[in-house]
Amino acid sequence: MSHAMHLEESPTTGDEVITNYTINFGPQHPAAHGVLRMVMELDGEIIERIDPHVGLLHRGTEKLIEHKTYLQALPYFDRLDYCSPLCMEHSYVLAIEKLLNVEVPERAQYLRVLFAELTRICNHMLNIGAHVMDVGAMTPNLWVFELREDCMNFFERASGARMHSAWFRPGGVHQDVPEKLLVDIGNWVDTRLPELFGDAMSLVLDNRIFKQRNVDIAVVSKDDAVAWGFSGPMIRAAGIPWDLRKSQPYDVYDRMEFDIPVGTASDCYDRFMVRVKEVYESARIIKQCLAQMPTGPVCSDDRKVAPPKRAEMKQSMEALIHHFKLYTEGFHVPAGEVYVATESPKGEFGVYLVSDGSNKPYRCKIRPTAFSHLQAMDFMSKGHMLPDATAILGAIDVVFGECDR
Amino acid sequence: MATLHSAPRFTQIDGLKGTLSGALGEHLLEAHEEHGELLLTVKRDSVEDALRILRDDHSYQQLMEIAGVDYPSRRERFEVVYMLLSLTTNSRIIVKCSASEDTPVPTVTTLWPNAGWLEREVFDLYGVLFAGNTDLRRILTDYGFEGHPFRKDFPLTGYQELRYSEDEKRVVYEPVELAQDLRQFDFMSPWEGADYVLPGDEKATTSPVEEAKTTDKPSDTGAGKKADDKAADTVSKGAPAEEDGGKDAPAPKPTEDRPTRAKRQGKAKDTAKATEPKKAPAKAKPAAKKAPAKRKPAARKKDDK
Repeated sequence: MSHAMHLEESPTTGDEVITNYTINFGPQHPAAHGVLRMVMELDGEIIERIDPHVGLLHRGTEKLIEHKTYLQALPYFDRLDYCSPLCMEHSYVLAIEKLLNVEVPERAQYLRVLFAELTRICNHMLNIGAHVMDVGAMTPNLWVFELREDCMNFFERASGARMHSAWFRPGGVHQDVPEKLLVDIGNWVDTRLPELFGDAMSLVLDNRIFKQRNVDIAVVSKDDAVAWGFSGPMIRAAGIPWDLRKSQPYDVYDRMEFDIPVGTASDCYDRFMVRVKEVYESARIIKQCLAQMPTGPVCSDDRKVAPPKRAEMKQSMEALIHHFKLYTEGFHVPAGEVYVATESPKGEFGVYLVSDGSNKPYRCKIRPTAFSHLQAMDFMSKGHMLPDATAILGAIDVVFGECDR
Repeated sequence: MATLHSAPRFTQIDGLKGTLSGALGEHLLEAHEEHGELLLTVKRDSVEDALRILRDDHSYQQLMEIAGVDYPSRRERFEVVYMLLSLTTNSRIIVKCSASEDTPVPTVTTLWPNAGWLEREVFDLYGVLFAGNTDLRRILTDYGFEGHPFRKDFPLTGYQELRYSEDEKRVVYEPVELAQDLRQFDFMSPWEGADYVLPGDEKATTSPVEEAKTTDKPSDTGAGKKADDKAADTVSKGAPAEEDGGKDAPAPKPTEDRPTRAKRQGKAKDTAKATEPKKAPAKAKPAAKKAPAKRKPAARKKDDK
């Protein structure tokens, strides 16, 4: 942090008095959750104004996508919110499917929901752990990272990659999962997750220091939450039961039974608690997915969208041609435009996809969740102490891969 | 068309298009539905009024996103797209207007505070101006960046690259230098609209000259006495053999079997032997030895000289 102190002469006493400080928070600061630079104006230790400077991780993803075919653009989504990669892919594949109007087999829909919820748990493990560490606790972070590691292992067993899975594909998912993986996920959700997560949370939830640092910090009214375009846990903590999985269900979310946790005080503690409860709700959804999941294909049989099986290619000339065309030219998407938003762990993650009928997106605008939330950082922090800024930032759950794109 | 996809299903309000078209009245330019989404195009100057009507009278409380799109072929090349969400009626609509580089769009920061950054982003990436936005700084690009990178005519590689200079001990900006061309693979089928430009294609389109060039006099061709004289002057140099009377060149030095070389250690004493088949017939061996022996004296003689 660099300090710039201004000294002024007091009009009454003639003494030199300290007026507002301007300090730089970040861009290299462990509590900034990445590369966030905040220019803070402080009155003593009270925050007067915050000007967040984002864009330090801007990679021009949307422009790059315009130069790739629809399938080639998919892995970019893993790299947006790298803490919940599969949820990022979810919006994108649904947007393509909406433009193509292609049917996704039931098993694939269940698998997507299952893994989206697993991703949600994975994301919340990171955020919950980071949040408690931002306000001074070390142990819970190490414990919940064990669970995050388990999730990563599940992703690896399904897709071959721990983080950048590129497993959701237009028309379904890339590969079916082994039976043993589903059994293991079921066991994990039944035993290890509630035990370890419960233990970790028992250290935090009623902890005096944790409450001192979070209760009544950054209270946002319902009206403000709506006006500032909040979504996800941020709007739910404000007491508005808004969840896209419930209100605008996609894939098989309409068959799932789960509750939407809402906050009452709309402070950092509520935001934290909403995420804690959501972990248990996600576990419920996962169990239902495992119970209901039918057998069958995991990808569309529309050969103009989804590639044929490799074994089929060895026998059929037609399949070989389809495979070749899909992986060179790619599929063409009829002209049109859609805005598809799903409930990512951090809130509404939207994709505005404009197609001109060719094999590349004409425009792919990504709606990051962090943009609205981080913009509200200024009014949420006003009047709070400097160390509260880290708690507020932790409760926003910001990841710069997604914010800066 | 039956809905087959499984994308988010929000409430489809009956007659929404008619209701909103009526409510927007003269602000509206066009309204249509596609993929179950309602898209309204409004006049640029009345964007703020139109969105205020939608927010206040039709309960589209949240502005989720503002997207810019560039259509360079249009007269007003940019489109500014507003995504609205209603939490109470569970409905989404898309409102858009067109703009060019020098026609500012009225700001909607007066309606939604979060429009500030969203407008800054469209300004940064496309150069669309928003009248009334008091804080229209760049947001995603670098400090001091020039240009608007998401325009279709802005190259993917950009113009500037930066690196850490060990000499100057700081990050320096330099023009982009690509070690190889940026490779753009275009797999579009040539039968389906791909427009390839091959070398030489430009000749097909250039118009033929007005007057054909003719050679009426011999001088037009450049031929004549002058040219002949000049041609006679330049007689090529003779070959080296012609110059020095055809003396014999010394024989080239042998390159094989250097006797001065120390003997190899180990079993393999000579390459010739080492490469022989292990159980070769006894007859073949002397023959193989003889051949190099013949050459050796000749080589020594030369060294003696």
